[in-house]
Amino acid sequence: MSETLLQVRGLAKHFGGFVALDDIELDIKEGERVGLIGPNGSGKSTLVNCLSGALKHDSGSVRFDGMPLDGLPAYQRTRLGLARSFQLPKPFRSLTVVQNLHVPLLFTAKHRAGAHLTSAQIDARCEELLHVVALEGKAQARPRDLTQIEMRKLELARAMAAAPKLLIADEVMAGLSHSEIDDILALLVKLNQSGVTVILIEHIMRAVMSFSQRLVCLVAGKKIADGKPQEVVLNPDVERAYLGE
Amino acid sequence: MKNSTFCLVTAIVVIVFFGAAMLAVTNDYFFFAGYVVLQYIVLATAWNILGGYTGYINFGTAGFFAIGAYAAVVLHKLWGPPIPVLILVGGVLSGLVGLGMGMLTLRLRGVFFAIGTLALAIVVQTFVTNWDFVGGSRGVYIIRPATAPLLGNYIHYLFLVMLVLAGFSIALARCIEHSTLGFGLAAVRDDELAAEAAGVPTLKLKLISTALSGALMGMAGAPLPYYVTYLDPTSGFNLAYAVNSIAMPLIGGMTSWVGPLLGAIFLGTIQQTATVTISSSLNLLIVGVLLVLAVVIAPDGIIGLWRPRRRRAQEPL
Amino acid sequence: MFADLLLNAIVSGVVLGGFYAAVSVGLAISFGMLDIGNLAHPAFVILGSFCVFVLNQRWGIDPLIGAILITPFFFVLGAGLYGVYHYSFERRGEEGLRGLAFFFGILFITEVALILGFGVDYRFVQAFYIDATLHIGFIDLAWRTLVPCIVAFVMIGVLQVFMAKTYIGRAILAVSQDSLALRLMSINPSRVKLIAFSLSLATAAMAGALLIIIQPVEPSIGRDYIGRVFAIVVLGGMGSFPGMLLAAILLGVAESLTATFYGPSWAPAVSFGILLLTLAFRPAGILGRV
Repeated sequence: MSETLLQVRGLAKHFGGFVALDDIELDIKEGERVGLIGPNGSGKSTLVNCLSGALKHDSGSVRFDGMPLDGLPAYQRTRLGLARSFQLPKPFRSLTVVQNLHVPLLFTAKHRAGAHLTSAQIDARCEELLHVVALEGKAQARPRDLTQIEMRKLELARAMAAAPKLLIADEVMAGLSHSEIDDILALLVKLNQSGVTVILIEHIMRAVMSFSQRLVCLVAGKKIADGKPQEVVLNPDVERAYLGE
Repeated sequence: MKNSTFCLVTAIVVIVFFGAAMLAVTNDYFFFAGYVVLQYIVLATAWNILGGYTGYINFGTAGFFAIGAYAAVVLHKLWGPPIPVLILVGGVLSGLVGLGMGMLTLRLRGVFFAIGTLALAIVVQTFVTNWDFVGGSRGVYIIRPATAPLLGNYIHYLFLVMLVLAGFSIALARCIEHSTLGFGLAAVRDDELAAEAAGVPTLKLKLISTALSGALMGMAGAPLPYYVTYLDPTSGFNLAYAVNSIAMPLIGGMTSWVGPLLGAIFLGTIQQTATVTISSSLNLLIVGVLLVLAVVIAPDGIIGLWRPRRRRAQEPL
Repeated sequence: MFADLLLNAIVSGVVLGGFYAAVSVGLAISFGMLDIGNLAHPAFVILGSFCVFVLNQRWGIDPLIGAILITPFFFVLGAGLYGVYHYSFERRGEEGLRGLAFFFGILFITEVALILGFGVDYRFVQAFYIDATLHIGFIDLAWRTLVPCIVAFVMIGVLQVFMAKTYIGRAILAVSQDSLALRLMSINPSRVKLIAFSLSLATAAMAGALLIIIQPVEPSIGRDYIGRVFAIVVLGGMGSFPGMLLAAILLGVAESLTATFYGPSWAPAVSFGILLLTLAFRPAGILGRV
C-alpha cells in the first residue's frame, strides 16, 4: 500500500471577487501518475501555484510527505521534494544551460539532510540530466539560443534537478510536434519508474490518457471528476465542460 | 582565478599603487581628487551588488552613505576613535538599516523596494536635519587631527584609507560573484519566481545583498567628515551620490566588478576635472544625461559594447 | 486654545490634502493604472510651476489661466516621453530596473536644468486671491491654499467623469486591468497608454500652478514631493481616484498636525515614513487593490 504523498483539503483561493479555487480535495499517492485536465481558466495554474507556494491559498490545508505546507515559502517546498515546471519556460537568461541546472542542484539537492555534493558530483548529475532530455550538445548555450522545445526540456530538466518526490509538469507539451510529445512522455514515464510521483497538467488528450493512471478534472475552480481516465472522459460534466451544452 | 588569489592580487595592487603615488606625486590635489574617485569606486561597487547582481535598484545611496558619515560625527564628538573604528561602526549601522529596510520592502515588487529606498534617504535626512547634536541644518565643523597615523600628512592618510576600502569592496564584489551566493543572486535577478521554485531562498539572499550593499556605502561615508571638515545635510545627502552610484555601474557595466570600477574612474575623473572648469550644476546635468543615454542605448554598459555576446560566465563554487 | 490649534491644523490639513491629490492624480494614472514608475512626475510639476511663473512675471497672466495655456504642451511632452520609454523599455520587456533608472535620470536632469535656468532662488506668483484670508469662526483659511484645493477637486472630478464616461477614458481603465483583453478587441494598448501617460503629464501643468500659488517654489522641492505622491498613490490603492483622494487628505492632515505640534522641518519624514509603513504593512492600500 503506497503512502499518501500529497493531501489537499478544502483548498480555496480568490482574487478579489473572483473565485479561482473552490474547496479542492485531492489525494495523491506515492508513485502515482496523475493527469489534471480542465478548460482554460479552470484554476489549474492557480492550483499549481498554491501547491508550490508561489501563491498563498486563502483557506484549506496542504500536507506533503506528512508535513503541513501552509505558510512555507516556495523554496522550502522545493527542498522538501515538491517541484514544478513553468507553463511558460522561465530560464535564467544570463546563465548557460548547464548553469541553469546548477541552481537547483546547489540550492535544493545539496540541502537535503545529509547530502554532500562535490563539484564533480554536480557536474556528473548535470551531464546525466542533459542526457535524459537530449540537450548535451547545448550545455554551454544560452537560453536565448534555444528552440521552443529545447527550452521546455530545460525547464523540465531544471525541475528534475531538484530531485523531487513529486513533480508537477505544467502544460509542458503545448505546441510540440507528435514525436516531440512522445519524447517528453517517455521521459516522464521513465522518471515515474524511478520513483517520482508525477502530476501532468495537459490539454493534449492523447498524452494525458496514455500517461495517467488517474485523471482529475477541474472546471471553474471546482473538482468535478477524479478517477480512472476512461471513466472520467465519459463523465457528462467533463464532456459538457469541454464541448459545451 | 580563485577568490583567495584575487584578494591577494588586489592587496598587492593597492600597496603598489599607493607606494607609486607617494613617490611620484608631489601635488596634494591629486590625493584630494583621487579620494573622491576612490569613494565613488566603493559606492558604485556597493550599489552594483544589489543593482547588477541581484536586480534591485537602490535610489537611496545618499541615505546609507550619510549614516556612515553622521555616525562618524557622533563618535568623533563623543570620544574621537581612529578612522578604522568609524568605518566599522558606519558599516555595521548602515548594514543594519539596509537589513531593516529590506525586511520591510523586499517581499514586494522591485519598484516598491526602489521607492522605499528613496523614502529611506529622505527620512534619514529629515532626522539628521532636526538633530542639533550633529549640527542640524546648520551643519557641523570637524577638525582634522594634526598628524595622521603612519603617514603624518592627513590627506595622504585619507587617500590610503579610501584606497584600501576601494580594494576591499572590489575584492568583496568579486568573491560574491564567484560564490554560491552570487550564483543565487544571479538566479534571483534573472527570474525570481523560477529561482524560488528551484530552491533558492530568495528573500534571505536579497536581504544579505541589501545589507552588504548598505554596509559598504556606510563604510565609504565614515571618513567623509574628516575629508570635508564641514558637513551639512544638503551636501551629505546630495542627490549626486544617488545619481552617480547608479550611472557609474550602468555606464561601466553591471554584470561584474569591472563595470563599476570603469564607470567610477570614467565618470569620477570627468566630474573632478569638470567641477574645476564648469559649474557643478552643469556637471551634474551631464551625468544625468549620460545616465539616461546609457540606460536607453547601451543596456550593458561599456563592457557590453566591448564584448557584446559574452555575458558574465560564472563558476558556482 | 489647544482645540483652536487642533481644529485649524486639521482643516488646513484637509485643504492641503486636496492640493496633494492634484499633484498625485498624474501618478495615479501613470503608476497606479499603467504601472509606469514615473519618478519624474514631481519634477514636471515643478516645471509647470516655473512655466506658470514666467507667464505671470512677464505678462501678468494669472497662474490658473497660465496652467491651462501650457497644458497642451505638457500633453505633447508626455507623449514624447512615453514614446522614448515605450521604445526603449516596454517593447523589450525590461520595464523594471531600467525604466525606473530612466525616469530617475529624467527627474534629475529636469531639476538640474531648472537650477541652471532659474537658479536656486524661491519664486512666487502674484494673483488677487493670494494674500487674502477667509475667516470662519476661529478657523482661518488662507485663500492661497483654498483656491488650489477647490481647483484640485474640480480637476479630479473632471478626470473621474472622463474615465467613466468617455470611450478613451474607459479604454484607459480597461488597459490598466487587462491589456490582453483590449488587444483582442482590436484596440492597441500602446495607443491607449500613450494617451493616458500624456494625460498624466498634462495634469502636472495645473498641479504646478497650484503649487506655486500655495508656496514659493525652487527647483529642488520636487524631491519632497516624490515621497508624498508615491505614498498617496500606494496608500490610495494604485489607480483608484477615491482612494487616492482619501489618502491625500489623510497625509495632508498628518503633515499639518506634525507641522503644528512638532515643527515643519519634520514634515518630509511624515510622508516618507507613511510610505514606508504602507509598503511594509498594507501595500494594497486603504481601499485595497491587488
